[in-house]
Amino acid sequence: MINFLLLPIIIPFFFGMILMFNQKSIKYQRITTLFGLLLAILSAFGLLINVYKNGPQTLTLGDWPAPFGISMVSDMVSVLLVLTTLVLAFFIVWYGFESINKKREQFFYYSGVMFIVTGVNGAFTTGDIFNLFVFFEVLLMASYLLIVLGGEKAQLRESIKYILVNVISSALFVITVAYLYSVIGTLNMADISVKIAEFNQPGIITVIAVLFLLVFGMKAAIFPLYFWLPGAYAAPPIPVLALFGALLTKVGIYAIMRTYTLFFTHDIAFTHDLLLILAVMTVIAGGIGALAHFDVKQIIIYNIVIAVGVILFGVAQMNEAALEGAMLYLVHDMIIKAALFMLIGIVIYITGTSNLRKMGGLMKHYPALGWFFFIAALGLTGVPPLSGFIGKLLIIQGGFEAGNIWTSIFILASSLVVLLSVIRIFIYAFWGEQGQLSSDINKTTYNRLFFPTILLVLVSVAYGVGTEFILPFMDEAAKVLSDPSIYTDAVLKGGE
Amino acid sequence: MEIVMAFVCGFLFMSAIYLILSRSLLRIIIGTGLLSHGAHLLILTMGGFGGENPPVLADGVTEYVDPLPQALILTAIVISFGVTAFFLVLAYRSYHELKTDDMTLMKGSEEID
Repeated sequence: MINFLLLPIIIPFFFGMILMFNQKSIKYQRITTLFGLLLAILSAFGLLINVYKNGPQTLTLGDWPAPFGISMVSDMVSVLLVLTTLVLAFFIVWYGFESINKKREQFFYYSGVMFIVTGVNGAFTTGDIFNLFVFFEVLLMASYLLIVLGGEKAQLRESIKYILVNVISSALFVITVAYLYSVIGTLNMADISVKIAEFNQPGIITVIAVLFLLVFGMKAAIFPLYFWLPGAYAAPPIPVLALFGALLTKVGIYAIMRTYTLFFTHDIAFTHDLLLILAVMTVIAGGIGALAHFDVKQIIIYNIVIAVGVILFGVAQMNEAALEGAMLYLVHDMIIKAALFMLIGIVIYITGTSNLRKMGGLMKHYPALGWFFFIAALGLTGVPPLSGFIGKLLIIQGGFEAGNIWTSIFILASSLVVLLSVIRIFIYAFWGEQGQLSSDINKTTYNRLFFPTILLVLVSVAYGVGTEFILPFMDEAAKVLSDPSIYTDAVLKGGE
Repeated sequence: MEIVMAFVCGFLFMSAIYLILSRSLLRIIIGTGLLSHGAHLLILTMGGFGGENPPVLADGVTEYVDPLPQALILTAIVISFGVTAFFLVLAYRSYHELKTDDMTLMKGSEEID
């Protein structure tokens, strides 16, 4: 019963509003944005410590007791994702100073970033299924703004499709929530979990589970529903792309994770097997896309799809090891995807093209960039001391424990495809003959782009090397995910 | 009553899908509008039509209307209005830039190699 857990949502929202004023002064916009994000990071960090010490924190708005009013719940899963979101937003905004152009900065780019962070954090924190829909809309609305800002032809063309897909999936979301309400008669997520456990999940609930998978899968880009992602993500400029790639699909994954570990846990044989099959198909589809393209943006974008598959494979196992792995891998993937997009942005800035065939020989002039790209690529693949390793290890371990031997081996083998796809960028862009170079490379611009990027790569390295320190938090998160009663008790009985 | 509403919702969804599958952008937007209307009616129906009285505490009244679906619809309607307005503006702007409102002509993938 403290309002503290609302701070990571309210601070970005408040700063997003005051950024709407004085929009022509770029200095004001930049400083205010960074200051707001720093404040939010501090509050999220305080919340993390609080949740670690005192267990899940809940807040019932307007003091309506838990199943009736809207509750906000901050357990370990949500607070870790909130903190990651804010840190990444900080780095991406910093990176964007040089690579987003002045016109965009003057037309509510920073407000858009703040509102998207508000929506993402709200979606991670809310404990009410309809409120989840509302926060989804908040972040989608901000993402519509960011994807179309600038008004280039490709942006307009792709954003129409992006909006259309999301409007349809939002309508489906409302329909699904309506079905759930008519069967269960409540919207509070903890209460839904308890009621479904009482009914022991009849067939109709399983239908609703599949509908939820459809809705969230559209946002998370799982196998048959990822068709909109490559085109839509390639259209906006790199900082926006990094923001989308790091945050938006992850909200869909979080929602699947939450609903499939909290609500639909009684008929695992059907729902979770479906999730497992779709996860494997997602990895295959992403792998094909990543290997097929010669466009650096597209390669990394398809790597998002692969990671979605790997994380959901972990969720589908439903044992503690795999869920802990999924959490570790989720946070890792958010960090490393943002870092990779930023590195790709620098490569595109230097060469002036995103076509791999025209690049080459960057290693001679930009060795630091090359090595940091190499480290990030190995981190993405999951080479031992780096950040992807431990998450994938736990996911595979969980897969073996659950008896899915062949699919686990397949997921393990998919790392090779990931490695191949990113190393191909390294080989084509950094080795060989000198390729195309952009005509106007400004050394200070390059340095200003490079500095936040190396910091973020170092964060990802620290995340991998310092797993020892992070594991207790992840243990806690996995406990919440694998045992719904921790969550429901915290909400319905008002915590300790 | 529920049966009638089911038919109305179904009809709205049907026409929405028909319109969304057409080529003209404006028809698609009208389709999304109908889709969200169908969804809102569905929420109302899913709350059930039992209860004669407004959900206000008073002596001797036991049969209340469920107020929650109405609150949900209110939120969902506002959101869908906002999105539709944004979509219309975007359609207008893209018609100016791209010189077409035909979805088949918007495929284009010249940047992607």
